[in-house]
Amino acid sequence: MTVSSTAAPAVDLTGLTVRFQSKRTQTVAVDDVTMRVAPGEFVTIVGPSGCGKSTLLKIVAGLVAPTSGTVSLMGRPVTGAQKEIGYVFQRAALLDWRGVRKNILLQAEIRGMDRRQAARRADELIGLTGLTGFEDALPHELSGGMQQRVALCRALLHQPSVLLMDEPFGALDALTREQLNAELNRIWRETGTTILLVTHSIAEAVFLGTRVEVMSPRPGRIVRTIDVDLPAERDYAKVMSDQRFDRFATEIRGLLGAGANH
Amino acid sequence: MHDGSASGSTVGGAAARAAGQPTPALRTPAQPLTRLVRFGDALWRPALLLGIVFAGWWALSETGAVPHYLVPTPAQVWQTMVDKRAFLWLNTYVTLYETVIGFVLAVLLGLVTAVLIAYSRTMERALYPIVLFAQVIPKIAIAPLLIVWFGFGLAPKIILAVLIAFFPVVISGVAGLRSTDPELVDLSRTMGASPWQTFRKIRFPNALPHLMAGVKVAVTLAVVGAVVGEFVGANEGLGYVLLLANGNLDSALLFADLFLMSLIGIVLFAIVEVTEAVLIPWHASRRSGTPLTTS
Ligand SMILES: Nc1ncnc2c1ncn2[C@@H]1O[C@H](COP(=O)(O)OP(=O)(O)O)[C@@H](O)[C@H]1O
Ligand SMILES: [Mg+2]
Repeated sequence: MTVSSTAAPAVDLTGLTVRFQSKRTQTVAVDDVTMRVAPGEFVTIVGPSGCGKSTLLKIVAGLVAPTSGTVSLMGRPVTGAQKEIGYVFQRAALLDWRGVRKNILLQAEIRGMDRRQAARRADELIGLTGLTGFEDALPHELSGGMQQRVALCRALLHQPSVLLMDEPFGALDALTREQLNAELNRIWRETGTTILLVTHSIAEAVFLGTRVEVMSPRPGRIVRTIDVDLPAERDYAKVMSDQRFDRFATEIRGLLGAGANH
Repeated sequence: MHDGSASGSTVGGAAARAAGQPTPALRTPAQPLTRLVRFGDALWRPALLLGIVFAGWWALSETGAVPHYLVPTPAQVWQTMVDKRAFLWLNTYVTLYETVIGFVLAVLLGLVTAVLIAYSRTMERALYPIVLFAQVIPKIAIAPLLIVWFGFGLAPKIILAVLIAFFPVVISGVAGLRSTDPELVDLSRTMGASPWQTFRKIRFPNALPHLMAGVKVAVTLAVVGAVVGEFVGANEGLGYVLLLANGNLDSALLFADLFLMSLIGIVLFAIVEVTEAVLIPWHASRRSGTPLTTS
């Protein structure tokens, strides 16, 4: 995917502030965030728990309205729930009663996509994520990592312009997580999808992102933007032993203080 | 919950995935023989207990330790059932009819109420007090009123069955509909789902396991509702026969009648269980299933 410099940003957030008003207290979840994501970019957002990362993604998806500021997706202002996106959550959020393929095809059914085309695309994604052989397995028969792969396939089925991922691998063990990180890097390169991924793992943020946005504790604001000048194709062993990785990780750790984990 | 074999499959699964070649899912449905064994295993304990109770009854009544007008012998009860089979069948049919109609109406009405309550705060505020009121008022106390209003026919019995069976359906339905993963609802919104699509494809199937628990309670209560209605005013049905037998000190008929009432409840309960297994196989298999991989 070639990115022309004049193309509208995939995601454009300007002066975004979100306040939640409950009975007695007022929470400022997101404070004056401005961020632009170009098409094809992989932006990771790292920050401590409760700093407003999930809220930020929900704003991009049009599921939460900001208190002030403007949001636009693919050049159009966001006013309600957006259909041009794919969403992956920390929990796979699969339908217990559907097998792998049918879970992925939920996306097609609700959107009214062409059945045959959607089925073909689902099979492609199943192959891409190594789920071949498990097409009919029910979610409870799958490991956590495989469930997340299904959620990823479902989010990619309709070829969204932007993929939003909210701590997608946060509940997985370290090994599975590394493996899925490597797979996600490959899928991003192969599909050219714009990805906005939230995490509280510094290693994950640096490994995946072409750019890392570091957020402060609540009220969440962006304290630094780090361009990760590593090649697009990332190999776990190589990246981890790269001096630049250490430098980025140390910088982010310094910004986040002791609150963040590895 | 991790035993030796489970951790073994973790290693195998990781190795297979590392090779980029996941092992295909081995889905082994229970073999007919193992199913039979399992069924037998589940049955022998209650069967044994029932046998002991039956033997006690037999001994107590046959030896004459208790007079027959209080406790008839099993043989007498059986004889009554054979002699009066046409009469008993007719009355069983009446009670079964009231129960089934009442039960079906209770499920439909309960489901609609549950949907209204789960979807709308206003409806919740309006309906919950009424539902609760209908539940706490003693059904036996309003039965005479219903007879006055609706006569001696089937209507008051069906209404009582509905009133008594409706509550568990509402409560379980609301709990089920509320248990939907909010992230799934968010997800459906980004797919542009209509409220009907979200209901049909996500919220309703998700609520089914909860709902069926309430439906099982409801079916047993519906029998109670119908019989209570017959107690208060009827000239047919098992409740009416019970009063008749009681008045005549016909303990054999009374026992036969009780047996038939229980039979209705058990058979209807079994039908609901089978329906549940058909409607939500994923739930049943989750109870007994073992994961394919553990990592
Ligand atoms: N719907 C809501 N109503 C009230 N407060 C909310 C709501 N959603 C999030 N919050 C609050 O906003 C803050 C940020 O939440 P969130 O975006 O989930 O943080 P993160 O994903 O970074 O952990 C938290 O303090 C949370 O309690
Ligand atoms: Mg979050």
